[in-house]
Amino acid sequence: MSANFRTAEDGRIDRSRPLGFRFDERSYQGFPGDTLASALLANGVHLVGRSFKYHRPRGILSAGADEPNALVAVRRDEARYTPNLRATQVELYQGLSAESQNRSPSLAFDIGAVNDRLSRFFPAGFYYKTFMWPRKAWERWYEPWIRAMAGLGRAPTLPDPDRYANRFAHCDVLVVGAGPAGLAAALSAAEAGARVILCDEQAEFGGSLLAESDATIEGKPAATWLAETVALLALKPRVTLLPRTTAFGYFAYNMVGLAERLTEHLAEPDPALPRERLWQVRAREVVLAAGAIERPLVFPGNDRPGVMLADATRTYLNRYGVKCGSRAVVVTAHDAAYRAALELHRAGVAIAAIADLRTAANGPLPEAARAAGLPVRPATTITGTGGRLRVTAASLAPLAAESDRRGAEPLTCDLVLMSGGFTPSVHLFSQSRGKLRFDGELAAYVPGHSVQQERSAGACRGVFGLAAALADGAAAGEAAARAAGFSAARARSFACHASGFGTGGIRSVLPNAHGAKAFVDFQNDVTADDLVLATREGFHSIEHVKRYTTTGMATDQGKTSNMNALGIVSEALGKPIPEIGLTTFRMPYTPVSFGILAGPSRDELFDPVRTTPIHDWATAHGAVFEDVGQWKRARYFPAPGEDMERAVARECRAVRQSTGIFDASTLGKIEVVGPDAVEFMNRIYVNAWSRLGAGRCRYGLVLREDGFIADDGVVGRLAENRFHVTTTTGGATRVLAQMEDYLQTEWPELEVWLTSVTEQWAVIAVQGPRSRAVLEGLVEGIDIASRAMPHMSVAEGRIRGVPTRLFRVSYTGELGFEVNVPADYGRAVWEEIFEAGQPHGITPYGTETMHVLRAEKGYIVVGQETDGTATPDDVGLTWAVGKTKPDFVGKRSLARPAMRAPGRKQLVGLLTEDPHFLLEEGAQILAAPNQKAPTKPLGHVTSSYRSATLGRTIALAMIAGGRDRMGEMLYVTTAERPVPAKVTSPVFYDPEGARLDAA
Amino acid sequence: MQRFSALSLIRHSLGGHLGWQPQWRSPEPKAEYDAVIVGAGGHGLGAAYYLAKEHGMRNIAVLEKGWLGGGNTGRNTTIIRSNYLYDESAALYDHALKLWENLSRELNYNVMFSQRGVMMLAHTVHDVQIFKRHVHANRANGVDNEWLTAEQAKEFCPPLHIGPGLRYPVLGAALQRRGGTARHDAVAWGYARAADALGVDIIQNCEVTAIRRGTAGAVEAVETSRGAIRTRKIGVSAAGNTSVVMAMAGLRMPLESYPLQALVSEPVKPMFPCVAMSNTIHAYISQSDKGELVIGAGMDAYVSYSQHGALHIPAQTLEAICELFPMFRRMRMLRNWGGIVDVTPDRSPILAKTEVAGLYVNCGWGTGGFKATPGAAHLLAWTIAKDEPHPINAPFTIERFRDGVVIDEAAAAAVSH
Repeated sequence: MSANFRTAEDGRIDRSRPLGFRFDERSYQGFPGDTLASALLANGVHLVGRSFKYHRPRGILSAGADEPNALVAVRRDEARYTPNLRATQVELYQGLSAESQNRSPSLAFDIGAVNDRLSRFFPAGFYYKTFMWPRKAWERWYEPWIRAMAGLGRAPTLPDPDRYANRFAHCDVLVVGAGPAGLAAALSAAEAGARVILCDEQAEFGGSLLAESDATIEGKPAATWLAETVALLALKPRVTLLPRTTAFGYFAYNMVGLAERLTEHLAEPDPALPRERLWQVRAREVVLAAGAIERPLVFPGNDRPGVMLADATRTYLNRYGVKCGSRAVVVTAHDAAYRAALELHRAGVAIAAIADLRTAANGPLPEAARAAGLPVRPATTITGTGGRLRVTAASLAPLAAESDRRGAEPLTCDLVLMSGGFTPSVHLFSQSRGKLRFDGELAAYVPGHSVQQERSAGACRGVFGLAAALADGAAAGEAAARAAGFSAARARSFACHASGFGTGGIRSVLPNAHGAKAFVDFQNDVTADDLVLATREGFHSIEHVKRYTTTGMATDQGKTSNMNALGIVSEALGKPIPEIGLTTFRMPYTPVSFGILAGPSRDELFDPVRTTPIHDWATAHGAVFEDVGQWKRARYFPAPGEDMERAVARECRAVRQSTGIFDASTLGKIEVVGPDAVEFMNRIYVNAWSRLGAGRCRYGLVLREDGFIADDGVVGRLAENRFHVTTTTGGATRVLAQMEDYLQTEWPELEVWLTSVTEQWAVIAVQGPRSRAVLEGLVEGIDIASRAMPHMSVAEGRIRGVPTRLFRVSYTGELGFEVNVPADYGRAVWEEIFEAGQPHGITPYGTETMHVLRAEKGYIVVGQETDGTATPDDVGLTWAVGKTKPDFVGKRSLARPAMRAPGRKQLVGLLTEDPHFLLEEGAQILAAPNQKAPTKPLGHVTSSYRSATLGRTIALAMIAGGRDRMGEMLYVTTAERPVPAKVTSPVFYDPEGARLDAA
Repeated sequence: MQRFSALSLIRHSLGGHLGWQPQWRSPEPKAEYDAVIVGAGGHGLGAAYYLAKEHGMRNIAVLEKGWLGGGNTGRNTTIIRSNYLYDESAALYDHALKLWENLSRELNYNVMFSQRGVMMLAHTVHDVQIFKRHVHANRANGVDNEWLTAEQAKEFCPPLHIGPGLRYPVLGAALQRRGGTARHDAVAWGYARAADALGVDIIQNCEVTAIRRGTAGAVEAVETSRGAIRTRKIGVSAAGNTSVVMAMAGLRMPLESYPLQALVSEPVKPMFPCVAMSNTIHAYISQSDKGELVIGAGMDAYVSYSQHGALHIPAQTLEAICELFPMFRRMRMLRNWGGIVDVTPDRSPILAKTEVAGLYVNCGWGTGGFKATPGAAHLLAWTIAKDEPHPINAPFTIERFRDGVVIDEAAAAAVSH
C-alpha cells in the first residue's frame, strides 16, 4: 500500500507521463525527471537498504552523490546487473527494476539485524581482538561468516555486453559543476572566447538552482534564468556541455578524468550507444565549482529511515514535487534548515518543532520561521528517535548541562530534518595536490595554495548563498579565461534575489549522545563511541582512526562523515581540528565503473594482434598458432588426423631430408646505418664487426649492462656503413630501445641512424638439403652456389622481380636460406617458393619444429635457455665475444668475480635413460635420486623435445658446472619420482656442421 | 599488555568498552637507545619486536616520520606467497610464510591471515615453461606449488574466463595453496602493540634528518625532527625513502623508487575465493573480507617519491581484469592510491649489514614487501643483534651487485625475453 506524497504541482518532473517501476518486487509509479529515491519517497517508501555491519534499516539521507544509505542494485538483465548504486542518483525510466541489498530474507525482516542486537560486542576493530583460536578456525568459520555479513550488494555473474567509449579532449577552461557558480564561470569564460567544457554529474544542469523555489536572477525566476543560460551556452560552438558527467579524478598537468553516462537513464537504450564514455581532458585552466555537502548531526538514532538532511528535503520538494513526510521535527545548527522548514511548511508539511542547537536562533531565516508561526526552540537538542523501519518520534531536550535523556520530550513525527552545516567539496582540489587551509571562521577546510592551473568558485571554497556564488563563479571564469590567454570583459554581475543562506554549523557529536548509537559514518555503522574508543586505544592519527573504525571508507568515502569524525576525534584528543590532520582525498570522487576505464579494450582489442603477411596462407593451410608477444606465430601445420607430436615429427623429417619452409617474419629487424655504424655495432654487441666484410653475416649477441645475455640474432653487413640486424621476436623493441638509449644519451657523437624494419620485411626461411634446388630457379641476380654464397652470407637481388635480401643462414643445422622481401610481396613470394618446392616435397613448418631442430643442434633460444642470469660463457658462446675490443655493453660486468666463478650453471644436453621419456621443461636437476625437499637443485631443464631425427627424446639444461659433468648420471624431477638422465654435449646432431653445406 | 580474546571482548563490552587501554604508548624520545629502527612499517616494527623478544634488547626506538603503518604496509594489496624461483628467494619468503601461519597467536592480534591460495596464470607457451619451472623448483625447495590446467584453474576460481575469445588464453596456472592474504593494517598494529608491550618506544611524527658517525666511521646518533638520539645500531627499513635515509650516512643505494598504484572496488558479497595473478597481462586480484575487490595496478614508468600516479596505469590494469573476469565491467572502482616502491637491479631485496659499522638496512622489496613482513623483520632483528646475517638473508647483500651474485627474480618472472 503506497501513499502519495507528491505535491499537487511544481517541480521539474513531467507529470504527463507516468512511469512504472519496481522496487523489491513491488510496483510503483513515478515521472520523468524523478530519481529512484524521489519516486520512492513520493510513494511514501523510506526504508531502502540495510547498513553494512549491523544491518540496521536505512532510508534516504540525501538527494545526491553523498548518499551513504540508500544503496540499491538495478537489474536490466543478469548481464546488466549493477549493485551498490545510490538511489539518489538513479534516474527513473519506464520499467526500472531495483532491489535492496545486504538483507535476508527481506528488507523489512533481516536475519542479519541480530548483529544490531549484539552490537555492543562488535565495537570498532572487534575482529582484531578475537577469532584467533584455534588456528584454522579463522579460515573455516569466522572469516566466512564475516564475509557473508559484509559486502553490501552482489556482483553481476554474466559478462557485461555493453560497450564503453574513450575520448581525449583539450580545452581552455574546464568547469566542473554546473550550479550557479559553474554556470556563471562557464558563461564568463565562453564570452571571453575560450573553448569551454562544462560538466555536471547530474542529469540536468543547475545544481542548487534546481531546488530554488522563489529566487530570481536578473529579474527572472531562477528556473527561467537557468534554462536561458543553458540554451545560451549550448548555442556557442566553442562550448561543450556534458551533463551526467562526473569529474572523478584530477591528475598531473591539468588532466581531469570525466565519466559520462550515456544510456543508464534510458528505458530502451540504442544498442549503438556506448553505456559510458571516459573523457580525459587536458585543460589549460580548470574552474572547480563542486558545491558543498550538508553535514548530518550525530545523535542517537540519527540513522532511522525518515531522518534526512534538511536541504535534501528541500530538493525533493522543489525539484521533484515530493513531500518527504507529513509531520517533521527539525534539528539544526545552521540557518539553512529554516529555509527547508519554511518551504515544507508552505507545502503543507507540519513542522512539529525546530530545535536549534545554538543558544540563540536569530537572523532573517529564524525570524521568518517564527513569523510563519513555526515553533522555534533555541538551545535545544535531540536525544533520540523512535520507530523501527521508519522514524515515528523525535525526543527534544533543552540544551542545558544538567539535562539528560530522561528529561526529553518525545514529539510524534514521520520526518526528521537535520543540518549540521555545509562542508565544501574540496575533493578535486585536494586531488590536484593543492594544499587545503582550515578556515577558522567557516570552521571548514577550504582550498589554500594551488599547485596546478585551477581555481575554485562558490560553495566548494566556502562562498555560500546564490548571489555570492554567481559573482564568485563569474570572477573565476573570467580569471581562468584570462589565464588561458583570452582578454575577457570584466566579470559580469548578476542581480539576484533569494532567501538567504545564513550561517552556523557544528562538526561533532551532539551533547549527551555518547553511549548510544549515534552514527557518524552511516554505511559502515561507525558511531561516535567507536571513534572515541579508537582514540582511547591509542589511535591518534586521523588515518589510524579511519582505518581502525573504517569511518570514511564506505562507498561514499566519507562525504557526509569526515568532518564530523574529525570534530569528534578533535574533542576526544583535546586538540584543534587542524592539528588532527585530514585523510587524503583519493580518486575517484564517486565510484567509476571498471568498464569505463577499460574502455573499448576487450578480446581482440585487448592488445593489438600482429600477424605476418603469410598469416592468412598459414590459416588456410590449417596452422595452429601460438602467441609470442603480440604476434600470432604458426606453431605447427597438422595434416588431417595429426596431433602436434605427429605433425612436428613429420615437419622435422621433411626439413632434415628434403626441405621445409618457415615464416620467420616476426623476427625483429633493425637497420643500422651511418659512417659510425661499425663502431656503434662494436659497442652494442659483444662481437667484433670491423673485419666482417660486406656481404657477410655473423651471429650477434647483445648483453645488458649487468653482463647477462639480452638478445641475439644474425647480423648481415650489407655495405660498409649499413647493417641489417635481426633480433628475437620478443626482443625487437627492447634491443632498439637499448640501442637508442645509448646512441642518444651516451654516444651522441656517433653518426648512426637506427630504423625499425621489422614490419617492412617478410622473412621466408627455406631450410633443408634441397633448399638451394628450390630457390635456384627463382632467384635473379645472385649466384647462390656454395662457393659464391657460402654459409653466413647475404646478397641483394630479386625473386620473380621482387627485390630480395637473401641470407644464407641456418637455425636448423641444414643448408638454408632466409628470403627477405618487402612485406607486401611476402605472401606472393612465399607461394612462388612453395610452388617451386613442390617437386622437392617442400613442407611448411612452425615454431615447434623450429624449436626441435635448433635444440638438436644445441642452438639456444634467448629467454628459454637464458633467463636474464646467463653470461655468454654460461651458454657456450664465449667464442662470440670480441677479445680485443676496448669496450662493449656489459663488458665491465663480465669482469665481476661471480661472473667467472666456478660452479656457474652451464648449458649441456641431457639424455634420459629411458629414450622415450619426455622431461618437463622447467624440471629441476638433482645429484641423487632420493633427495628429499628442501634441497638445492643443480639446475633445470630449459628445452625438452621428442626428436624424430634421433628417434628419442632430447633435452637442454642449465646445470651447475655442467661442462665438467659430461657423462654423469643426474636425476630430473617429474610429477612423480626423479628420473635418471645423462649429461651430454648440447649438440645432438651433426656436431661437425657438415650438413650446413650438404646438398 | 592487555590480552585480547573473545572473553576480554565480552567483558569489556559489558563495561561499555571504557576499559580498553592504548594499544601502544606515545612516548617522548629518550636521549639514547641501544638500537634505533628507522621506519615504523610492518618490517621496522616487527624488527623491534623480535629484537626485544628474541634477542633481549629492550631499549629500542622505532622512529617514524608519519604515522605507523602509513607507508607501503598500509598501501599494498596484501598478497602473501612464497613461490619464488631461486633457492635463496624461496627460503627467504617461505621463512616469512611460516611465521605468518602463527602470527595472530604470536602477537595476540588477529591479522586475518587467510590461506586462500595464490594462483598465477599462464597465457603463453613461455609462461607455461616459466611457471612449471617454478613448480619444480619450489617443490625441490620444500615450498608447495602445483600446476593446474585451465579447467582446474576455473574450478578453483569460478569467475575466471577461460573460454574462447580471450586475447591471451589461459593455458594453465601455478597454485600455491598456502598463499593468501592478511589484513595489512593489523600487521603493523599487532607488531606495534606487541613491541610496545616489551618496552619498545614507537615514536611517530619523528623524521630522521641526519645520521651522525664517529671518527672511526661507526654510527653514533640520529638527528630527528624531535632532537638528536644517540645509538650504536641503526636499522633502516624505510621502503621508498630508504635511499634518502641511507644517503645521510653517505651510502648510495642501488635503488630506484617508483609509484605503484592499487585500487579497490565497492564491496560485494563473497564471490572471489582466492588470489589470482597474471604477469603477462599484468593484473592481480583478490577479495577482501569487507567484500572489496583488491586490485594491484602497475608501476608508473618514471621514478618518483610521489604517492600518486597517472590514470592510464589503473586503466590498463582494469583492461586486464575485465579481460579475465568480464562480469566485473559493471563493478565500480571505489578508491585508487599509490605507494612508493624501492626497486633493486635484480628485484630481490637487500637485507644486510653495510660498510658503515652499526648501520643495517632492509630495503629493495619492490612490489613484494608485505608478504615478507614477519620474515624480513625477524631476519633484520637477527642481523642487528648479532652483527651478522642469518643464513637465510646472507645472500641478500648490497655487494652482490658489485660482485655479480644476483638473485634475479625479475628474470625469473614470466616476462618474455
